[in-house]
Parts: sequence; C-alpha cells; structure tokens
Amino acid sequence: MDIKTIKTPENLVYQRPRLLNDCTMHYCPGCSHGVAHRIIAEIIDEMGQADNTIAIAPVGCAVFAYKYIDVDWIEAAHGRAPAVATAAKRLNPERLVFTYQGDGDLAAIGTAETIHAANRGENIAIIFINNGIYGMTGGQMAPTTLEGMKTSTTPYGRRVDLNGYPLNITPLLAQLPGTCYVTRQSVETPAAVAKAKRAIRRAFDNSINHRGCSVVEIVSTCSSGWKMSPDKANKWMEQNMFEAYRPGDLKIADGDK
Amino acid sequence: MKTEIIIAGFGGQGVLSMGKILAYAGLMHGLDVTWMPSYGPEQRGGTANVTVILSDEGPISSPVLDTFDIAVLLNQQSLDKFESRVKPGGILIYDSYGVHTPPQRTDITVYRIEAMEATFDMPSSKTYNMIVLGALLGIEHIVPSESVDLALEKVIPSRHHDLLEVNRTAFRRGMELVG
Amino acid sequence: MSHSSADEAAKGAPQQEVVLMKGNEAIAHAAIRYGADGYFGYPITPQSEVLETLEALHPWDTTGMVVLQAESELASINMVYGGAATGKTVMTSSSSPGISLMCEGLSYIAACELPCLVVNVMRGGPGLGTIHPSQADYFQATKGGGHGDYHFIVLAPSTVQEMADFVGLSFDLAFKYRTPAMILADGIVGQMMEKVVLPPFRPRRTPEQIAELCPWAATGNPSRRKPNTITSLELDSAEMEKNNNRFQATYRRIEEAEQRSVSYLTDDAEYLIVAFGSVARICQKAIDDARGRGAKIGLLRPVTLWPFPEKAVAEVASRVKGILVVELNAGQMIEDVKLASRCTVPVHHFGRLGGIIPNPGEIDNELERLFPEAFPSKS
Repeated sequence: MDIKTIKTPENLVYQRPRLLNDCTMHYCPGCSHGVAHRIIAEIIDEMGQADNTIAIAPVGCAVFAYKYIDVDWIEAAHGRAPAVATAAKRLNPERLVFTYQGDGDLAAIGTAETIHAANRGENIAIIFINNGIYGMTGGQMAPTTLEGMKTSTTPYGRRVDLNGYPLNITPLLAQLPGTCYVTRQSVETPAAVAKAKRAIRRAFDNSINHRGCSVVEIVSTCSSGWKMSPDKANKWMEQNMFEAYRPGDLKIADGDK
Repeated sequence: MKTEIIIAGFGGQGVLSMGKILAYAGLMHGLDVTWMPSYGPEQRGGTANVTVILSDEGPISSPVLDTFDIAVLLNQQSLDKFESRVKPGGILIYDSYGVHTPPQRTDITVYRIEAMEATFDMPSSKTYNMIVLGALLGIEHIVPSESVDLALEKVIPSRHHDLLEVNRTAFRRGMELVG
Repeated sequence: MSHSSADEAAKGAPQQEVVLMKGNEAIAHAAIRYGADGYFGYPITPQSEVLETLEALHPWDTTGMVVLQAESELASINMVYGGAATGKTVMTSSSSPGISLMCEGLSYIAACELPCLVVNVMRGGPGLGTIHPSQADYFQATKGGGHGDYHFIVLAPSTVQEMADFVGLSFDLAFKYRTPAMILADGIVGQMMEKVVLPPFRPRRTPEQIAELCPWAATGNPSRRKPNTITSLELDSAEMEKNNNRFQATYRRIEEAEQRSVSYLTDDAEYLIVAFGSVARICQKAIDDARGRGAKIGLLRPVTLWPFPEKAVAEVASRVKGILVVELNAGQMIEDVKLASRCTVPVHHFGRLGGIIPNPGEIDNELERLFPEAFPSKS
C-alpha cells in the first residue's frame, strides 16, 4: 500500500493541534511538558477560547511556553505568575487566564504569590508541573524533591535534617477557601492524559465562569534531570513520586458540574 | 498678607484637625494654604504639631518654617520648643492648663486662654480644639467666622453633620473667652 | 477624618473642584479621574493614604477601576506588570523600602517596554530607616534601581497640585514612549495638605481604543492580529543587543524632548541653588530671605529628574559664580548637576539625612558660609 493512500483526511486519527505552533520544542525527549502543552492547546481550541485567552509563562523549563501555544502570553518574573495573572484577570474579567508553572516557580520562589492568589479566590487556573527537580538550571533540588532523591545540589540524596521536607503544596492550596477545584494528575499513559485533559478543561471553565481559583498539579518526569530513560522515568515516577504526591482530586467545590 | 502659624500640643488634643479646619477656612476665604503636620508615632499620644500658612500673595513657598507669626501652644513641651520661634511682634497663645512655666518673652504679645477649663462645661471634650480655634480667631481675624462654618461642613463628613452645631457652639465659646 | 470631597468624587459630580487635601490623597483622586484601570499596592508609611483613599472612594462602583491590596510590593509590581502587559492603565505606589522590592519588576517592565506609573513617597533610609521625608532614592530612581541598562521617566512634584497633575502627565508620557514613569515624591509633599484643583474626569479606555493604541498588548483577543507575547527573555545575544539598542534610542528621544525644569529668579542670579521636590520650596524661601539682604541668588528646580534637565542647568551654570545643590540625601543629584555644568563653576552640596528637614534659615546660613561675597550688607 502506498503511503499517499494512507495519508488521507478520512484516515487521520491524530494531528498537531491547531494552536500548537509548528516549531521545534526545546524540551528533552520524554519530558511531560510536551504532552501538557499539547492538551492545553487542544482544550483552548475545543473550548473556542483562542481569541479569549491570556496565558502566563513561568521561569523554568516552561519559560518558552509562549513559543509553542498560539495565544497571547505574558512571560512573568520567577515565581510571580499568579500576581501577573491576578491583574490580567481582574482587568480583563471575561478572559480565560491561566498560569503554567513548575515546582520551583510555584512552590519555592513564588510560594507567597501562589498562596495569596489562591486564597483571594482569583478566577485563574494554575497548571503546576511537579517533577521534583530544577530541570532548566541543570537538575538542582526542588522544594518537591523526594527524601533521598539525588540532585546536583543533593548529590548524596535529599536529607531532611539538611534540606527540610519535600513540600506537598497542593493539599495546602486545597485547604484555602479561595480555591474551587484542586486536583493532582499525570500524563504518563493515554488514560492519564485523558483524565488530565478533563481536569484542565474543568479548571479553564472555572476561570471563564468566575468560580474561584483552580489548581491542576501534573506529577511529571524529568528524564534528563533524573538521569533515566523516558520509559524508566515514567516507572520511577509511578513507584516513587506517586507515593508522596498521590494522583486524584483534592478538592471539588466548583458547583454543579 | 501671609500668616505663618504653628499649632502644637498633645496628640489627641485635635491639633491636626484644628489646623485642617483653619486651612480649609482659608481656602473657603479664597486664600492659598498649606498644612504641614509632624507625622508618624507622634500621632499616637506624643506631641503633635502642624504648621498652617495662609496667604493672599500667591503660591506659598516653604511649608517648613524657622519662625512664626502666631504660635498656639497647648502644653509645656510645645511652649518650651516654640516660644523662641515666634517672630518679634508676633503672637503666642497658650492654654494655662498643665503649664508650670509660662512664656517669658516681652517682645511678643502673649495670650493666656483657659480653653481646657472651658471644655469641662461643654457636652463633648472633643470640641477642645474648636474652642482654641475660636480663641485664635477672636484674637487675630485671619479668616471670617463664616469661612470656619463652611470649613466645618467640608471637613466633617456629611454622615456626621449632626455634630456641626456642637462644634459651632464650641467655636463661639472660644471667641467669648477672648472677647 | 474623611473628606466630603471624596464622596463627591465617587459620585462623579463636579468636573473641576478646588479642595484641600494631602498629596497622597491627590494621587488617588487624580488616578481615578484620569481613567486609570487599576491600582495594586501594599501599605507603607508615609504613603498609605493612596491606597486608603482609593478604597474609600471605591472607584470600581463608578469608573470600574480595579483597586487591590496585594500581599507584598513584589506582588504589587508584578500585578502592575500583568495589567500593563494587557494594555491597561495601571499603577502602584510605595515608599523607599517597598520600592527596593519593586526594582526586580521595574526592570522587567522596562525590558518589556510597558507603560505604567509607580509613585515613590520617599522616606529616610537605608534599611527600614525612618518614616520621615527623604530624597535618598534619587540614584535608585534615575540610574535604574533594578538590573540591566534601563531608565524610566522620573517626575518630582513639589506641591500637592503637582502630585495631582503629574499622575496624568506620567501616564501620558509612559504610553507615548512605552516606558514606566515614576512620581518621585517625599514625605513632605505626600503628607502636607494644600489647595488643589482636581483634573476633570476622563473615561477609561475602551477595549477598541486599547487595541488601537497598544497593538503590542497581550489583550487575550488576537482575532484581528497574530498573538502577542510580552517577554523580556531573548537568549540570542545579538538579538538582545538589538533590543537594548532600541531601548537606548527611546531614552535618547526622551532626553531630547522631555527635560523639564522651573526657574525662579535666575535671570539676574549670580549664584544658583538647584533643588527638587519640596526641598526646592524651602530653598525658595531661603532665597527670598537672602535677596532681602541683597544676595542675587536664583533657583533651578528640576521637574524631570530623568531625563535630567541638563540643558537648563548648563545654561544657568554658564553665567553664575557658584552653585549649591540642596537635597535630603548625602549628595546624589549633585553628580548630574556637575555633569551638566561641566564643572565650570564650583558646585557645593548641602544635605540633611535620615528624615530631617532643613529650615530655610539653615540653607541661608549655608549660602552665607559658601558665598559670603554674595551678601553685600555683610561684607
């Protein structure tokens, strides 16, 4: 059979989302960011929000998120995305406004901005990529790095007596009255991707409909930082990360849905 | 004509408010005015002072002054601090209540008023500053009483306009003290 | 004590009214009347009345202006960044320690070429310092403050009227040049009350007006254009140099067109005081007193601190015998005065530090000490 007879529109089952730009991503092979970007691009298009979205990029591996998803973006200073999103949403209340942040951005340098935006009930969605390591700067310890986990700044493994405990911030955000929907997802299997997509769509819907602050944590891999093959990283994540950061809904208070 | 005034006393005596009513009265009278407070922790019970300048000579330059045409001094600390800074030929008004060392200068006109004593007969001790203002304007007609009336309406929020009359009464009582 | 004028302003009744208010309050009234879209700030003495007045006026019920007390100055300035990035007219205010925290955000805002207004009602430092008036943030304001090669427009008000007027001027200049603008005030002009004519109410910009005026903005609605990205990141050094060259070209245009200053009795002056903000008014009284004793002294008050009015300073410096720079700091603006005057005449400094305000008499004494030949009755 000739390739041309296979590549016909009626046989098409998978394609680049319309809002995902046709350019080479800088993410490493096996990185969860690529999948997360893809489903966000799909959701914005499916919701018909391409002309109604302000996205806030972080500092960290996803600093170039604005190059990949074809909507209006604001690139925030490190940790300040929730503050930037607060003003963007309050001044443009009809827009879908979301931040896309890693564990260092959200749970270390930007903890104050995260907690206060969530506690004020800002009508934004926070997409939180938790891979337990600083990928962009070369694999240093993150606030979410697991006990015993080796990073370039914990070369013998994280010790709580030296480095403190892993910060499990999402349940903390779920306690705040300003959050309406807090969930923990992952994107390592097709089923998990489908679930994560539903969660992000729900969070975006909450932003548009002013239901409060939504937080979608995506427990992720960093095969480069973890020094593992993508496949092994997925398995390691399921065995270790899921124990500390168990996937599932942490809070559902966004009304009848 | 430009009049440079210092009002000083304890925080809580209404020194800053009195200065504000005087400044607003100047504004209602068509004058240029500045009101410059000492601000900060002084407002929490220490000494407080405010410089008020009223002028019909155009924009006022320095809000901060070395010397004053009129000093209204409502406690001993303020007397000690500002007596020497009244211009020769100027006016010093002080409340004798709690003052153990009266002013000594002879090159200025000194008025002793019993405003605190008068307050004891008033329905509200909070009108002390209006008695003092009445005494000040009774001594020196810087602005007309009608302007003070208008200023009170501006300075007191409309939801508290039931307090206008008690303030006006206190103001008249102050004028009587020196009348 | 609140103002009845505040209630009136909220109702939007009179278009122009003469009121007595503090400089900080004037900032708040002027922002609403200009049609500002948002204010984001954190309380700090001596400027908390800006936020307090805005909250009391609740403009969200009238003009639709957003007012938010943020969790920190870091959050405040990044809210300003977020709002400005969407093309909105936004501002914050703080005092010296808070402005230090904002310098990170200011660097980003300058790098993204976004318009906004930042008000600094200076207090004495360094560190937590004092709550009393100071001008010790001149370097921070005019030389950058945050990291990288950038400037923003800095206006120094000396009256409550100018506190009100400079809000609109700052926003106009900020949008004209796509740069932050700062009102660099001090505790004196922030806390003192004066007669002020409030500007008339203007409507806030419509989304259509923003789309036309700010085609670069991330408004979230790219339907008639390509999506916009607001970012300061450019990893390609050659491209980043081009960005920097573009910033510098803007700064040269601003330096050429926007120098502002006010002269007082400089025509026949033999000696000159250069001072900004409220200190210039103290100096004006000192000059009046000195002139009463025959000393021909003039005053030049820079209104824009950046761009520094170097043309005006150079012109007067060329025909006087000496210059005294008076500041509430240990000698900051004097550097720009020396550069502008090319050191052709002696330039002296007099400063009080840490929140102390000099009286006019202190400045007169300094004039007599430095320039005894200027006082004929003395010699």
